[in-house]
Amino acid sequence: MPSIERPPIQHPGLRRNSLGLTIHDYEGSMSTLCAGCGHDSVTAAIVHALWEMETPPHRIAKLSGIGCSAKTTAYFARGAHGFNTAHGRMAPIATGAAAANRDLLYIGISGDGDSLSIGLGHLAHLIRRNVRMVYIIENNGVYGLTKGQFSPSADVGSTTKRGDPNQVPPIDPMSLGLSLGATFLARGFSGDKRQLVPIIKAAAAHRGLALIDVISPCVTFNDHEGSTKSYLFTRNHDTTATESDFVPPAPEIVASIPVAGVVSVTMHDGSVLRVRSVPDDYDPKDREAVAEHLRRAHAAGDVVTGLLYIDESSADLHEMHDTTDQPLRDIPFSQLCPGSAVLAGFGVR
Amino acid sequence: MVLDRLAPETAHRGKSRVVDLAIKLANVNGTGSSSANNLLMQAFFRMGLPVSGKNLFPSNIQGLPTWYEIRVNGSGHTARVREFDLMVAMNAQTHAQDIREVRAGGYVVWDSSWPLDPSAMRSDVSYLGMPVAQMCNEAFRSPRARTLMQNIVACGAVVALLAIDLDIVSNLLAEKFAGKDTLRESNQHALMLGYEYARQHFDCPLPCHVHVMDGTEGAILIEGNTAAALGFLYAGATVAAWYPITPSTSLMDAFTQLCRRYRRDPETGRNNYLILQAEDELASIGIVIGASWNGARAFTSTSGPGISLMTELIGLAYYTETPVVIVDVQRAGPSTGMPTRTQQGDILTCAYASHGDTKHILLFPGDPAECFDFAVRSFDLAERFQTPVMMLSDVDIAMNDWMIPRLTWDDARVPDRGRVVGAKELEKRIGAYERYANPDSDHVAARTLPGVDPKGAYFARGSGHNEHGGYTETPEEYLQVVDRLASKHAAAAMHVPDPQIESRGARVALVTLGSCGPAVREAIELLDAQGLPLDYMRIRAFPFSPAVQSFLDDHDTCFVVEQNRDAQLRSLLVLETAVPKDRLRSVLAYGGTPLSAGEVVDGVRAQMET
Repeated sequence: MPSIERPPIQHPGLRRNSLGLTIHDYEGSMSTLCAGCGHDSVTAAIVHALWEMETPPHRIAKLSGIGCSAKTTAYFARGAHGFNTAHGRMAPIATGAAAANRDLLYIGISGDGDSLSIGLGHLAHLIRRNVRMVYIIENNGVYGLTKGQFSPSADVGSTTKRGDPNQVPPIDPMSLGLSLGATFLARGFSGDKRQLVPIIKAAAAHRGLALIDVISPCVTFNDHEGSTKSYLFTRNHDTTATESDFVPPAPEIVASIPVAGVVSVTMHDGSVLRVRSVPDDYDPKDREAVAEHLRRAHAAGDVVTGLLYIDESSADLHEMHDTTDQPLRDIPFSQLCPGSAVLAGFGVR
Repeated sequence: MVLDRLAPETAHRGKSRVVDLAIKLANVNGTGSSSANNLLMQAFFRMGLPVSGKNLFPSNIQGLPTWYEIRVNGSGHTARVREFDLMVAMNAQTHAQDIREVRAGGYVVWDSSWPLDPSAMRSDVSYLGMPVAQMCNEAFRSPRARTLMQNIVACGAVVALLAIDLDIVSNLLAEKFAGKDTLRESNQHALMLGYEYARQHFDCPLPCHVHVMDGTEGAILIEGNTAAALGFLYAGATVAAWYPITPSTSLMDAFTQLCRRYRRDPETGRNNYLILQAEDELASIGIVIGASWNGARAFTSTSGPGISLMTELIGLAYYTETPVVIVDVQRAGPSTGMPTRTQQGDILTCAYASHGDTKHILLFPGDPAECFDFAVRSFDLAERFQTPVMMLSDVDIAMNDWMIPRLTWDDARVPDRGRVVGAKELEKRIGAYERYANPDSDHVAARTLPGVDPKGAYFARGSGHNEHGGYTETPEEYLQVVDRLASKHAAAAMHVPDPQIESRGARVALVTLGSCGPAVREAIELLDAQGLPLDYMRIRAFPFSPAVQSFLDDHDTCFVVEQNRDAQLRSLLVLETAVPKDRLRSVLAYGGTPLSAGEVVDGVRAQMET
């Protein structure tokens, strides 16, 4: 996500991951978003996470819908295929892509209009199907590309730049996810990369759909006094539920020392997610308790961040359908076509 | 006066020694009538008689009128007819209407347990009353059997009246209820009740009876949806997405059954396929696009309302050049329309589906054999041209049993996956890969698949893009891509199925598509007998292959026979060929029933006489 043109030659001192790639190798084309846009910070966190995860760029597939958020898939992992789809339709297209090849890392970038308005139905069913992918909602409460209309995540009372208050209740993707059986829910803030990077890494390792709601202020249309999705409001009302640390899969077995207040979750690939609850009694595995916590926080006007809920035990799309381990698209035709002898048996005679 | 009412296809009946018989069974849906209907249909078929069955059913599960029409014709004419030799009127609700459809001199079998409405009486048909309900009440104990067996009892009477081979019918029952002796016995009992009653009370067989012939050698009976599902199995489709909608549901049901049987990994028993019932048709086409973009063969099946929802993403697939296969089993529109009634009303919608300049490849199968063949070819075309391909069948082809030659498969056949640059080629590559550059002679550029090689990465987008795949709003760059897409569509004309043409050098022709074929060909025979020779062309695809243009050029007048109100095929021909508009005239039948030769003859004669 460079905001300035990078020189073609990289500094020799740049750190390389085990693939020999520098962080610049996980960047994409120049951002065309407004200066200071929260989305660019999210992109930076993604780039950082991907570099640290050492994912070969071409093993990533990037998908988006339409909106400012959708543009950002061009700004990271230039070595990955990308698909900038239609407004609200990224979820089904990602579902189909994941169906065809279960081995890639799918990263979907969406916005609050894309996911919670025009694409809400699709998001709901993506959650139900537990499609293995990282799904980031860059949530700023407004439609940016069409210049500042409220989105469905705008809070009641939050105002437009001109001062008009929103009167319809917001849709909270985290509460929605809890009620639909989501298996990984996290909320971040574009201004807090330290918190966001481990969340993205854990999301990528998650066995199923990992939904990350990132409050990502729109500096042009929704960063004023009166907005509840501004940098200032989010900083002042951010209440952290959990702090996460992500430990990649290690070749040796490390004895994990139990620490009070820390929950360790072993991800499907063997990595370990350590979650420290900030309120001592917060349990990211208790769906009902998390829902209650979110309700209370919302009533108090707080924005709860961190890894909010995790369930590594539920079946994902491919497990529900008992599909073979080999990506469907790689199965040779000879194994798919039953041949002439079988065909001769069809039809009533 | 009675003669005037006769459909032309009925006029010659009884005069020829070739079997030509039409019977209609009027029932109430949800009473098990379909098994009795199928029993008769299959019995004719096993007697070696060319046969077709048309199921006219309501969009309802139980209690409304439903009909089954069987045409048996020694010459192989299997189109629907409008008048019947024998009506099995088992539904008192529709007696009056049903009896009107019997030809003069025809027969009505009815349940004489209750009196017949006097208003339904006609002096020119014979009434064969049989107390079916009473007989079943005496013979069977359970209320359910008393209802279900009524249709089998009536079937037994038909067997006697038409001299259908009783052994064949008994064998069919034995096969159907293999291992279920009680059911087999009660069905056989019911069959014999009707059979014996007819033999004792009526003059069996009727003059319009059948006899064994050898007209079904090498043939099978199959529905178009089943055949299409087989085609997708054989084409190697691994991902399918759909939303339940009549009349396409049975296609995905069949595909699911086939996959369960033939797509289990031999070692692990796990699935080499993934079928998703989506939340709506917007999602089902989206799933197909995602899977195809990622290199799997994926398809969806739907009907008109689904196509309406899919049009947004059909445009995305068109512009990003993603192969997509869609089956549209057309039903009567507009809006919800008549979901179980047939029509060909989606031709124009599909040809230009989506906003902006879009054009698609359409395939028009004419019977279940072509549903199979075109299902296979649709993938080759979609991947060769990297674009949506829509196969348009209809209720008549999709949900009725048609007699077709046994399906065959060439085991040497290899799918055409189109231009895909693989890992080896990408590794050797020095310059950057450019998604939409360097098109071939068909104006198709090579694509790459995700996950293969970092050098193959590109960004697919529905927004304006240049030949490198990059975003653009520059007129020249934009035009370069969209103009190539138009050329690509035109180039497909050389690769799609050619029209089926039967020419005898006539100056006037009938042009049609899809399920209209049998009725139109029969109409040509009937009109020929009336001194009007006609040529025949059944269009099988859009864009139109050059053979379509030359056929139109070779005729002074073409009657375009189709099943929609607005003459959509004719409009497409006017738009997409150089034919002068006034050389194309329309014969339209769009009430929702399968086409009959009589409607075509009437339509042509009405215009020839004016």
